[in-house]
Amino acid sequence: MTATEQTTTGPGTSERTASGHAPAAAGAATAGTSPAAGAAELSGAARAAARALGDDALVLAQRLGEWAGDAPVLEEDVALTNIALDLLGQARTLLSMTGDEDELAYLREEHEFHNVQLVEQPNGDFAVTIARQLYFSVYQELLYAALAARGGELAPLAAKAVKEVAYHRDHAEQWTLRLGDGTEESHRRMQQALDGLWRHTGELFAPLDGLGVDLPALHEEWRERVAAVVERATLTLPQGPDRTPWAAGAGRQGVHTESFGRLLAEMQYLHRAHPGASW
Amino acid sequence: MTEQAGEPAESATGGQWPLWEVFVRSRRGLSHSHAGSLHAPDAQMALRNARDLYTRRAEGVSIWVVPSAAVTASSPDEKDPFFEPAGDKAYRHPTFYEIPEGVKHL
Repeated sequence: MTATEQTTTGPGTSERTASGHAPAAAGAATAGTSPAAGAAELSGAARAAARALGDDALVLAQRLGEWAGDAPVLEEDVALTNIALDLLGQARTLLSMTGDEDELAYLREEHEFHNVQLVEQPNGDFAVTIARQLYFSVYQELLYAALAARGGELAPLAAKAVKEVAYHRDHAEQWTLRLGDGTEESHRRMQQALDGLWRHTGELFAPLDGLGVDLPALHEEWRERVAAVVERATLTLPQGPDRTPWAAGAGRQGVHTESFGRLLAEMQYLHRAHPGASW
Repeated sequence: MTEQAGEPAESATGGQWPLWEVFVRSRRGLSHSHAGSLHAPDAQMALRNARDLYTRRAEGVSIWVVPSAAVTASSPDEKDPFFEPAGDKAYRHPTFYEIPEGVKHL
C-alpha cells in the first residue's frame, strides 16, 4: 500500500471513462452516492480499513446486481438493484479515498480484495439473499453509526450511508418476517439460509486496524438485533460456530471462497478485454 | 414479472399478488397525485415497493398506497350522462370576471 502502487497503470487505464465506473451488473450511472470529489486520501492503516469497507460494499453491490432481471417479481428486482446502487455509491466514495476507484475495482486480483467472505456468498435462492442482507445490513448500520459518531475522514460518508443502510435493514427485516412466518416451505428455506450463512458472521466483528471503531464491541448488539427479527419471524437464531473452521484465513486477509473468482471475472472481464472502453 | 403464471412466489397467494394504486405527494403543500400501480403481498410491502419504484429520483415526501380493488371507478359506458351535460355550461367557468391587476396566482 504505497503511493507508487496507485500510479501503476495497466494498458489503457490512464483514460478514465464514464463507463469505467460501473460494475457490470449494476448500471452505475445513477449510483446514489457520488464519489467525494477531492476527498482527502487516507494513508497507512486508515487507508487499508477504508478499502476493506469499500470492498465489502462493492462486492455486495455486484452480487445484488445479479438479481437484475431475475428477481421473483419486478418490484423486488427494482428493490434489490436499488440497494445495490446505494452500496455501489458507498464503494465508490470509499475506494476513491484510497486510490483510483476504477483500477481498484477492475485490475486487482482476488487476493487483493479484503472484503469479508459473507458478502461474496452466492445469491442462492431468495431466502439466502435475504439472510445475507439481514446479517450484513444490521452490521453495516451499527458500523456506520459508530463511524459517524466518531468523526474523522469517514464520518460524512457514514452519516449519509447510515440512512441508506437503515432502509436495507428494513427491507431484509420485512422479508425475513414474511418468509419465516409464511408457508412451511418459505419457513424451511429461510431457516436453512440463516443457518448456512451463520459461519460467515463472526468475521464481521474481527478487529480492523485503522478503522477507529471497536468492532468486537458491536457484536453483542448485532446478535440482539438479529435475534429479535429472527424470533419475530418464528425462526431460530443459529447456534453453531460463527467462524469457518478454515485455517487459511478470512476475507480481510485476502482469502476468499470458491465463487468469488467467478464474481470477479464477471465484474472485470469487460475492462480487461477492452481497457478504457466507453459507451 | 408478476403477470407470468406459475411463479413460485405467486402460488401461495393463488396466482397473483394484489394490485395497489400509488399516490405520491411531490412536496409539501401539494396534494398526493396518482403515480401508478404495483403488485405487493400486503400494504407494508406495497409502501416499500412504491418507495423504490416511484420515489427513487427524489420525487416525493409522502406516499399513499390503496388496494386497487377499493377504488370505485366511473364506467366508460356512463361517460355521456356523467360528463356531457357540463360541456355547454360555460357560465360555470369563472371567465366572466376581470382579474384585478397584481393578482398573479388566480
